[in-house]
Amino acid sequence: MEILQKVHARHLVEWAKDKPEVLVLSADLTSNTEVDLFRDAYPERFLSMGMTEQNMMSLAGGLAREGYFPLVHTFAVFIYRRALDQISMSIAYPNMPVRMFGFLPGITTPGGATHQAIDDIGILRVLPNMTILESGDATEVEQVLDIAHTVPGPVYVRQLRGAIPRLFPPSIPMRLGEARELRRGTDIALFSGGICTEEAMRATQILEERGVSIQHMHISTHKPFNDPAVVEAAAQAKYCVISMENHTTIGGLGSAVAERMAEAGVGKRLVRIGLKDTYAHGASRPYLMNEYGLDAIALVREVESVLSTNLNISESDLAEVRIEEIHSEAKAEAL
Amino acid sequence: MVKAKQTSVPEWQEHARQVAQGIRIRVLEHTINKNGGYLSQACSSSEVFAALYTKILNIGPSQAPMVPLPFPGVPSADNDSYFTGVGYNGPKDPHLDRFFISPVQYALVLYATLVEVERMAPEGLAMFNQDGSTVEMIGAEHSPGHEITAGSLGQALSQVAGISIGRRMKGETGRNFIFMSDGEFQIGQTWEAFEIMSFNKVDNVVIYVDVNGQQADGTTKDVLNIEPLTQRLEAFGARVFKVDGHDLDALAAPVQLEPDGRPLVILAYTNACNNIPMLEQRRPKLHYVRFKSETERQTYADLLEEWQSKEEM
Repeated sequence: MEILQKVHARHLVEWAKDKPEVLVLSADLTSNTEVDLFRDAYPERFLSMGMTEQNMMSLAGGLAREGYFPLVHTFAVFIYRRALDQISMSIAYPNMPVRMFGFLPGITTPGGATHQAIDDIGILRVLPNMTILESGDATEVEQVLDIAHTVPGPVYVRQLRGAIPRLFPPSIPMRLGEARELRRGTDIALFSGGICTEEAMRATQILEERGVSIQHMHISTHKPFNDPAVVEAAAQAKYCVISMENHTTIGGLGSAVAERMAEAGVGKRLVRIGLKDTYAHGASRPYLMNEYGLDAIALVREVESVLSTNLNISESDLAEVRIEEIHSEAKAEAL
Repeated sequence: MVKAKQTSVPEWQEHARQVAQGIRIRVLEHTINKNGGYLSQACSSSEVFAALYTKILNIGPSQAPMVPLPFPGVPSADNDSYFTGVGYNGPKDPHLDRFFISPVQYALVLYATLVEVERMAPEGLAMFNQDGSTVEMIGAEHSPGHEITAGSLGQALSQVAGISIGRRMKGETGRNFIFMSDGEFQIGQTWEAFEIMSFNKVDNVVIYVDVNGQQADGTTKDVLNIEPLTQRLEAFGARVFKVDGHDLDALAAPVQLEPDGRPLVILAYTNACNNIPMLEQRRPKLHYVRFKSETERQTYADLLEEWQSKEEM
């Protein structure tokens, strides 16, 4: 598996080259959100907003009304927590094409509760007109720009930075509102998003070797969430449906899957893997994923529980599936 | 109602004075008929609105129907029939000014202004707060004369800063006027917007503030003092003029100056009981006037009758 560095930083410069109407707004986190290369390449299209997130959101709404596409960059928590009213009234109500790039999703940062966006999808999902996307690998970090640009209204992108694996071939593009089928199976339907997909892929390989057949779908569009393939996968699962997300289990992917299943009358058991209605704390990403049960072994244990069996899979088995370069090169996310 | 029509070539001030009195009459009439209204806002800001729409704003003729259209639904990707109330302020031409209202509880005052300057029919004002109408009590962006969603308070200035920066990037020469209330200077976002505007030398913004010293809970100095407002704003890099908000010449003068790299602020110090002395009895609660008795209502009705008979002379 290939590991790439500063994917967003480099891709954005190339992507925005022939788009003079695209502006970047940064709230004092320019290199931290990988827009330093954009700033250097197109200084006239870069607006340094300082720590004025509420002002930044409304101002972006104003720029959008004049025909610009403002790409707002800061840590996710400073978007939806700090400036929710401004997002709702200055951007979402008038359906302005502002693109908000929220970095440090969930427990990807050792910055603790103040920096960890554990409830962003749940909070923004209830806003009318809002589209919500999440990148799960380097290919999506790149392609999410094109996807967002097709949306006539506001888009929130849960974005990754730093060292990112390429899980999906660029030749199979990310599509708005469509789940990505990663594995076919009939025992369990598994829906994962963001960084949880890499963990899930590690587990599903061994699970299949142990005879558990899994329909694994990667979710990159959280809203709108109406891909019929999701309901079809849930309906055909023999034992259960599992959701797996780097977010609280309330309001995010697990809730969206539950809503779709209930609406479609799919009466299957649903297991939601994620932060179980709790804040987290500052520590490394692998440590937190393990502590809060968001990693491959957590998925294995849930599958064992559902099937009432011991599949004899250990953490070291899963570590062998892991491609070593990922974690030797990928240092813990700093601030 | 018969209006005192213009004779020969009147000074703009005479026209503005008539408009200001017309605004007060319409808002008072509404307040009496509905037993409630934003009357003190009309008292404090009538001259500001009158000066803006008769002299200060460089805007073209209204592009919107004299009788406002019904509510078109909220904005969404699926709503092709959505419109804002911007058309009442003329076309969005590069060289023309734009006008934005931030404290949209002043919507009644703005609607009355639009009627007085013949951008909206009197029937429009009668649609105020009627179900299915765009002439909403708290102005929305589909309401006549409105263009943006201004609430909660404090968001409009940042949006106008964005619009102003965007227009400047496009080389547009029209200026962007915003009407604000003094209570908004208690809000952090207002000051964030001033930081950004002065840092970016945004001088195509003109801010009129109705400093009437009133807010929902009472007087601003008792709820949360905002003074010294001039010094506070100057410290944030604004170009500030403190004027008598009922003096038309004083209101109009600062706009004649060449922009100098700073956002221009006109602090219009006003009296929320101006021209209606009996409102003084209601101090300190002036935010929304609802009559306490039929006797009180009749007193105001007598004043209205007196005003209307003068108009007809």
